[in-house]
Amino acid sequence: MAERLNVNPTRMELRNLKRRLSTAVKGHKMLKDKSDEMVRRFVELAKENKRLRAEVEEELSGALRSFALARSCCEDYVVEEALAMPSRALKIKAGVENVMSVAVPHMEVSREEAGEAFPYSFAQVTAQLDESVLTVSKLSEKLIELAQVEKTCNMLAIEIEKNRRRVNALEYVLIPQTEETIRYITMKLDENERSATVRLMKVKSMIEDK
Amino acid sequence: MYKERAAVIGDKDIVLAFKAAGMDVFAAESAAEAEKILKTRAKDHCVIFITEDLASGMGDALEKYKRKAYPAVIPIPSSFGTTGFGMAGIKADVERAVGTDILFNKED
Repeated sequence: MAERLNVNPTRMELRNLKRRLSTAVKGHKMLKDKSDEMVRRFVELAKENKRLRAEVEEELSGALRSFALARSCCEDYVVEEALAMPSRALKIKAGVENVMSVAVPHMEVSREEAGEAFPYSFAQVTAQLDESVLTVSKLSEKLIELAQVEKTCNMLAIEIEKNRRRVNALEYVLIPQTEETIRYITMKLDENERSATVRLMKVKSMIEDK
Repeated sequence: MYKERAAVIGDKDIVLAFKAAGMDVFAAESAAEAEKILKTRAKDHCVIFITEDLASGMGDALEKYKRKAYPAVIPIPSSFGTTGFGMAGIKADVERAVGTDILFNKED
């Protein structure tokens, strides 16, 4: 049985409590709906996240492996020199999107197409390097997409957890407590009324007996 | 406005590959070093990729960045292939949100 709130059993308190109970029930329903919708979206995103991550992991580890190989084919300083000045800068248009009142990141790659794909001259380095550099460049858009989806998932998961706590607090603590208190006050008031009636009857009979 | 650069923190050998793709790169040898770089660079970048081998040692530091929209700190595989740390992150998210893992248990 839920513990009742520490309030005076008066009509005014009863009225306040009833109002609070109806707000709590309404709020509980809304939060529960919100939670359902968030979970639905989250599951979709999580699936997408998993798919993207699997793809990126596979392609990226392949590209990095070939990069490591390419590096081993020539002197360290040659590769370092070749890649020291990137010809393109990866620019990201970053904004905020609102998913179920959670501010999640929204990113778009806005690449400047001006520069050459390779920042070095082909004479110095091996062809493997070209390939791995090209794959990594191509992958960068996917990487940004993964970043966006994964971050959204992270934040939604946290929000869902928070929301669930709120729903549970309302459902298992606040609402039962309020109901219990309302019952207590109603009973107390009824009891008072009955005792008043009995007292009146008693007084009346005493007067009649005289 | 938000920053428009991406950064990569990782092993000295592989970050160079990302440099050619136009990202800012920072070499780190250990998780502690990566953490320090992450702290100082978090404000200038909207996405920070960290290789899994470094990220797995950073635990709490990564958790802190999960609550805000930017920067997004994302683990990526290193040249030795993936350690499964990134997938474990998704799994943890699903468990956190749904209470049980509904995406991965079909496969194992």
